[in-house]
Amino acid sequence: MQMNMVSAINDALRVTMRADERVVVLGEDVGKVGGVFRVTAGLQEEFGEERVIDTPLTETGIIGNAIGMALGGLRPVPEIQFGDFIYPAFDQLVNEAAKYRYRSGGEYTCPMVVRVPVGGGIKGGHYHSQMPESLFIHTAGLKVVCPSNPYDAKGLLISSIRDNDPVLFFEPKRVYRALKMDVPEGDYTVDLSSAKVIREGEHVTCVSWGAMLFEALAAAEELKDQGVETEVIDLRTLWPLDAQTIVESVKKTGRLVIVHEAAKACGLGAEIVALLCEKAFLHLEAPPKRVTGYDTPFPYTNENEYLPLAHRIAPALLETARY
Amino acid sequence: MEVHQSYPPSALPWAADQEVIAVLDLEGRADATHDPRLDLALVTRIYKAMTRTRMIDLRLTKLQRQGRIGFHVGAEGEEAAIVASAAAMRDGDWLFPCYREVGAALYRGFSLQAYVDNMYGNANDVVHGRQMPDHITARSVRFGSVTAPIGTQITQAVGFAHAAKIRREDIVTASYFGDGATSSNDFHAGLTFAGVFNLPTLFLLRNNGWAISVPTSHQTAARALADKGIGYGVRAVRVDGNDALAVYRVVNEATRRASQGGGPTLIELITYRAGAHSTSDDPTAYRDKAEVERQLKRDPIRRLRKYLERQGAWSDAQEQAHEAEVTEELKQCIERAEAAPPPSIASMFEDVFEHMPEHLAEQQRECVQGPRAKKGH
Repeated sequence: MQMNMVSAINDALRVTMRADERVVVLGEDVGKVGGVFRVTAGLQEEFGEERVIDTPLTETGIIGNAIGMALGGLRPVPEIQFGDFIYPAFDQLVNEAAKYRYRSGGEYTCPMVVRVPVGGGIKGGHYHSQMPESLFIHTAGLKVVCPSNPYDAKGLLISSIRDNDPVLFFEPKRVYRALKMDVPEGDYTVDLSSAKVIREGEHVTCVSWGAMLFEALAAAEELKDQGVETEVIDLRTLWPLDAQTIVESVKKTGRLVIVHEAAKACGLGAEIVALLCEKAFLHLEAPPKRVTGYDTPFPYTNENEYLPLAHRIAPALLETARY
Repeated sequence: MEVHQSYPPSALPWAADQEVIAVLDLEGRADATHDPRLDLALVTRIYKAMTRTRMIDLRLTKLQRQGRIGFHVGAEGEEAAIVASAAAMRDGDWLFPCYREVGAALYRGFSLQAYVDNMYGNANDVVHGRQMPDHITARSVRFGSVTAPIGTQITQAVGFAHAAKIRREDIVTASYFGDGATSSNDFHAGLTFAGVFNLPTLFLLRNNGWAISVPTSHQTAARALADKGIGYGVRAVRVDGNDALAVYRVVNEATRRASQGGGPTLIELITYRAGAHSTSDDPTAYRDKAEVERQLKRDPIRRLRKYLERQGAWSDAQEQAHEAEVTEELKQCIERAEAAPPPSIASMFEDVFEHMPEHLAEQQRECVQGPRAKKGH
């Protein structure tokens, strides 16, 4: 069935809620109106106000409640309306949800999936465009997922809801309605620990995720005419990282470019470069390169200059391939 | 002019204008108005748990001073607020503590050995020495996992009650927190949710007068902390938190009400932090001696003992026997805890996730096989 990412995520929620009555959805505007992006549209009609809950407007409250629900035997799927608004809940996420299993010696666990629309490219300015993955990867105990397409979005979300650890599920807003693809009806999962090589190439490896993956692919296509074949890896699950897939690819190509929307300093790209230096240094033929958002706040008017779009990725790939 | 008005009518009175519910006077005489007329065996059980908690606190403080444990945060003077409230709830109800309510877990049967093992962070510690002393986890007695950030347990207790309501389980939850936590985000968010969804949860506010060095008058300009309930549509009651019988009565009634769909209650337990905030603190630097002396006259243990003695249910001989029993029990627990080895280094990497990911397995190997830190660094 043809689905965009919005309908694929909606379908994943429907499928899991039908199969498991412990799954509940909560957040600002998620019920009657189906969320500001309509990702939860129709769920309240089918599952009722008790399982699809319009909450008061407090992110601390939403996540603190969801944690309590998880401890109490439910599988909550809270939505934070925009990634930019997640910070009031930071304490509950990094000190509480992320640490429950560890600090209780496994007596308590916190199975919940925090759905978060993220990223730029929708003319949202600083408060509707951020990519905060690094903040959550840096604290132990959270899984971080970011699908790039409808098929993965549905399969990864179903896996995340069934996972016994807290998962931050980052949904790239720019992709929400940008493409449709064939998505199976009913139940299927996409493994939470594997990156995917989505384009094979022998000259340079390009690692990306979320909305920027399409920019990386566009740049890779552009370079074909110049004889450069780029291997593109979609990370899909950002943490824990599938380092093996990246290392294997770089052992083949000897060259690495990482593309992400988030700011450069301490971005996930920095970690991937460091890992590669530790695990495959002698295979490197060129300095690894990062094409990322800048270390500025996310700008409104110039967002297409801030984002690492194809026009910035292609020269970086070329330079790395020919170094 | 017509003003838009979509609020439900509220009949909540200002808590500051209501009486502070009390049963026992300073000499242990019970006022019949609010006396819950508890079975004396139950009162004795509560009393023994309160004195046991006090004795454990005093012993642990000494161990810290001797350098045998690293830290202790005690509950001296607040035993009625902690133990009688736990006693007033049902076995199946869930408690979400801050870090001062170990006495509630012990009342419910959490083993003293497990607690002392936690104080030492040894290999027998349920949480493998991952947390500071007093940061216990006691799921077996439906008691949460202690955390240091202020107030975070409040929204979680509310969420647990929300889950119970959705699952049609007759469970009431309670969060414990101090006066300082009434300024936290989670207090606001917790009461907001509990009010809106009419959840079966109690907010057990131990107003002990001090948040480390900051007095309650610097937490709020309200006349009473309990008045904060009005803004959330949450019923609030003030009770003498050093009066075990009054605490029991109020918490028991609120539990029954919540269980029957009557919604949440904010209960301000007016108590006093007789000791320091923790072993890292010296209250003589900021607290008036006269205030402390005045407050110590309200000591909850002495009042309840006098009550029991008046009823002919407690004697000096029983007191001595109880003290000897707890002293011996503590001695054995401490000996065992000190004899236990530290947790394994490998365990530091477990329970981050359900299944250990490759990067942690790698770091675990690196750490276990690597050089060791010097002793006594």
